[in-house]
Amino acid sequence: MEKIDQVTASVLEKIDSEGFRQEGAYNLRYNGYSLCHGNTEHITIKRKEDKQGIDVYISGETRGEQVHIPVVVAVSGMTDEVYNDFYIEEGAQVTIIAGCGIHNSGCNDSRHDGIHTFHVGKNANVRYEEKHYGEGEGTGARILNPVTKIIMEENAVFTLDTAQIKGVDSTKRETEVIMGEEAKLFVTERLLTHDNQSAVSNMDIYLNGRGSSAQIISRSVARGESRQVFHPRAIGKALCHAHIQCDSIIMDQAKVCSIPEIDAQHVDAAIIHEAAIGRINSEQLIKLNTFGLSEEAAEAVIIENFLN
Amino acid sequence: MLEVKNLVFHPLDNGIEKSIIEDISFSVEDGEMLVITGPNGGGKSTLAKLLMGIETPDSGKILMDGVDITDYSIAQRANAGIGFAFQQPPRFKGMTVKRLLSLAAGYELTEKKCCDYLSGVGLCAREYLDREVDNTLSGGEMKRLEIATVLAKKHKLCIFDEPEAGIDLWSFSMLVKQFEQLHREKEESLILISHQERIIQMADRIMVVRDGRITALDQKDSVLPKLMNEDTGCSCMNPAHKS
Repeated sequence: MEKIDQVTASVLEKIDSEGFRQEGAYNLRYNGYSLCHGNTEHITIKRKEDKQGIDVYISGETRGEQVHIPVVVAVSGMTDEVYNDFYIEEGAQVTIIAGCGIHNSGCNDSRHDGIHTFHVGKNANVRYEEKHYGEGEGTGARILNPVTKIIMEENAVFTLDTAQIKGVDSTKRETEVIMGEEAKLFVTERLLTHDNQSAVSNMDIYLNGRGSSAQIISRSVARGESRQVFHPRAIGKALCHAHIQCDSIIMDQAKVCSIPEIDAQHVDAAIIHEAAIGRINSEQLIKLNTFGLSEEAAEAVIIENFLN
Repeated sequence: MLEVKNLVFHPLDNGIEKSIIEDISFSVEDGEMLVITGPNGGGKSTLAKLLMGIETPDSGKILMDGVDITDYSIAQRANAGIGFAFQQPPRFKGMTVKRLLSLAAGYELTEKKCCDYLSGVGLCAREYLDREVDNTLSGGEMKRLEIATVLAKKHKLCIFDEPEAGIDLWSFSMLVKQFEQLHREKEESLILISHQERIIQMADRIMVVRDGRITALDQKDSVLPKLMNEDTGCSCMNPAHKS
């Protein structure tokens, strides 16, 4: 078993809510290389030969297994670009826990670009969790630019749960989903920015298959002087259902821009969007005050639950 | 014991001073149930908010067990033992019923405890514990949950602002039983703002507030008969006003 230093262990605790252990199927990418990895009977992880990254093969026999593929960047001035491809066979049921944490204690920028492609077979059910987090006392920026592409075959189910917890100075997320017949997509995006951070999230969901459905929930909190831009698009090209919901809490001098876009290209495409941006509701604060919580504690509880 | 002395509240409405509460004084004994009633817009809810610190009076004093709490914040009053159920409770996106009840109690509640509080207001814990306190809950469910949040903690004084509003008949009977039990135990003083006869009937004393003033404050048996025969002030309802 590989020895993991204290900084890495503490970052792993933040980004892997299930707890990272060197057991089952896993791959820990540390400062640009694979520190340790493991396979199981049903899940095989192979290092790419031509570029940085891994190929993850998940067999159709997989039932309820977890794959842990965290990334830790703990040096200042590093740009880590990595390509991870997932091949999920027909009927597999799997949870993939990714996540990236940057510990930057220097004055140069540290950046990780995770480019993920998921090939989801018929009837497969995938849950993908991704947490982004930054820390370190250095002045160098912590930058995360994930690109996620999901190709779903007939009747596949994909749950995408992404969260940017804290400390990421700049992020630009690009997500594209292509959905086959009866495929079901559930997206929950949670994002917190503070100080002078910026976040952009673009999401294109192509509902190409008859009977496909997508639910996209985006919740964010912008504090300090941070800036956020959301642009989720649902493109309905068949009989389909989609619902986009963007909710943001704006605080201090922050700026939030939310642009949900619905694009129906078929007479039976039913697509809805809702978007709301507003400050913390004073009635919620007062209610929590009546439980004995101070203003600060009440505010923290509201944000924590909103992003839960 | 709660003592309210010469409370006055004249907020500004578009720059014009409005008279909402005019020199109100009363007290609530330990274990007593005081029901405040009176016409809409008479100042009942504002009075309740002044007691909880949600509004700040222009003058007057509020004392809890002899301690002047007039300048206490809402949280300080909560920690001094005052509980408050809102007439229109707010909703919280992302917060589960279990979490809200635990915050109300001040510690992480077990499922069993949550179940006790929820069943007390006619909600089944199994259905509700993990539900979010958002707009998927109906107005009646929100009201019942609101009352459960107050029941989840021991208080010296509980204030309920129109607990019956928006609640169906079946749940209302359950609620009345809850208040009867609280009243029987005599451990908490209760202030209920209500228009409901069944709630008014439970009172030890009744206080009628109209136009920001107390127009009656006495034992139930003395106030209730007058209340029932009261001139509604509406010419189409009251024969005395008909020509």
